[in-house]
Amino acid sequence: MTPPAIRVAGLTRRFGSVTALDRVDFEVEPGTVFGLLGPNGAGKTTAIRILTTILRPTEGRAEVLGRDVVAHPAAVRRLIGLAGQYAAVDPNLTGRENLRLIGRLTQQPTGRLAPRAAELLDAFDLTGAADRPVRTYSGGMRRRLDIAAALVPEPPVLFLDEPTTGLDPQSRTALWQLIRELVADGTTVLLTTQYLEEADRLAHRVAVLAEGRVVADDAPGVLKDRLGTTVIELGMGEEPRAHRAAAVITTRLDRTAEREGSLLRLATPDGSLLLMDVLHALEDENLTPHTIAVREASLDDVYLALTGHRTGDTP
Amino acid sequence: MTASASSASAAVAAVDAEPLGRRLLAPIRDGLAVAGRNLIGLRRVPRLLIFSTVQPIVFVLMFRYVFGGVVGAALHGVSYVDYLMPGVFVQVATFGAVNTAIGLATDLQTGLMERFRSLPMARSAVLSGRTAADLVRNVFVVALITGVGYLVGFRVHSSLWGYLAGALLVLAFGFAMCWVFAVVGLAVGDPETALAASFPVLAPLVFASSAFVPVRTMPGWLQAFAEHQPVTVTADAVRALMLGTPVGSQVWSALAWDVGILAVFAPLGVWLYRRVV
Repeated sequence: MTPPAIRVAGLTRRFGSVTALDRVDFEVEPGTVFGLLGPNGAGKTTAIRILTTILRPTEGRAEVLGRDVVAHPAAVRRLIGLAGQYAAVDPNLTGRENLRLIGRLTQQPTGRLAPRAAELLDAFDLTGAADRPVRTYSGGMRRRLDIAAALVPEPPVLFLDEPTTGLDPQSRTALWQLIRELVADGTTVLLTTQYLEEADRLAHRVAVLAEGRVVADDAPGVLKDRLGTTVIELGMGEEPRAHRAAAVITTRLDRTAEREGSLLRLATPDGSLLLMDVLHALEDENLTPHTIAVREASLDDVYLALTGHRTGDTP
Repeated sequence: MTASASSASAAVAAVDAEPLGRRLLAPIRDGLAVAGRNLIGLRRVPRLLIFSTVQPIVFVLMFRYVFGGVVGAALHGVSYVDYLMPGVFVQVATFGAVNTAIGLATDLQTGLMERFRSLPMARSAVLSGRTAADLVRNVFVVALITGVGYLVGFRVHSSLWGYLAGALLVLAFGFAMCWVFAVVGLAVGDPETALAASFPVLAPLVFASSAFVPVRTMPGWLQAFAEHQPVTVTADAVRALMLGTPVGSQVWSALAWDVGILAVFAPLGVWLYRRVV
């Protein structure tokens, strides 16, 4: 039986008294995209740094294609590509020189260096800037070059730490497409993101990290059903009205609305339908909302649902 | 553009057993790749180029013409410019080592070091590639300073071999100092602090030495340090080699310093590299 592309078991990392990862477990099937979802400080980057042999775990195990990252780091390094959160490219080299350097340092055959660099520059729309020093690049161009650099050795397992942060919408869509193509050809991708939408669009499975722990690990569709993708917010004007409205929603629609002051919040997978029902029910009780907002569920909403507090709060 | 399933599985099969020959050559192969990358950077960053060329020239001219009159009177029979130039060589090589600290600290700050650590490259290559590039830069600077020295009256009194032996000694000392500052760069982790942390170490080493003035003109308590510290030992050995005065054991003492410094700081640097990031 082939091992999972990535296996993490009881993974713990402490920095002094801070526990960045707390007994984390997950597995990633080969040829799939796995999303690690969480806000800053949740432990996403720490997990990636351990899996890419940059950092040692305090406890627990991490394996890439069956190789333990602590016992066989050299073997792991030959299987992975990493694009970190900061565009880790040399600003004094040109884009092409950067890619060739990575090619040399990953022991690509000399004859492959130039064609591979050209292929990637083309794929990331950097051919025009290929021979300019990277310090003249925009932030988005650097990010694209950084991801291209991770792909130079055609790694079977690719780690992308917040790959679309700082990219314009067009580049983001192009990158999503590229990730889908890589995965279709057998590459396994682990990516971290702060955006529910991104995890939903790309990942076959999503683990939600909160303060170093996995609080949910499921297919994004299942998570969405559990958590709701649409959020309806009703401004009731005064707190007593909000209390009464919440009670109406519970008794007549069998839904639970969260209340924050005079504001009611409902997360749901079927936004517009529920909105109609809610408005009818409230109108019948003479509780017409003062304001109505319908929006996509944010990571904050997911967090609120899973952990009971907001991303910025301490428990 | 993408990894096909078959090439991915072939790559998976090959990762566990790397041939011994490749493993032994890896430090050299990867060190050269990183050195090449650093030399390109040196060429493209005007600040570094000026630091490497203009500053040593200013030192030659300033000491030759500003202090030359006073110090020259204290020397017996040797012209000050002939005394000065070996000292300037050593000074330039010592100050130039700060470049190693700044370069490594910059790589740490930009995250490039993190990427290097995730690559299947030799662990020593980031440091050896950095210090090797700085060695190449020193070859260039020593040649340049020799030319400038000639223009202001410096002459080698021994032979071409004496000059070359002296230059090699300067380069060896410069290389050893690069490893000292590799440790500084990795320890502090940002370029500004690296520069600030380096100066208090460099200034006493270079100025409380025989590089620019004879040690015997200094107060007694300072002489004790100045006599034996590596800049003096190296400058005296280079001077003897280039001026054709009796060499004695100075060259061996200088080489002993280089070996001693490398024996401490090279392993320390590699150890730090494995831990930082």
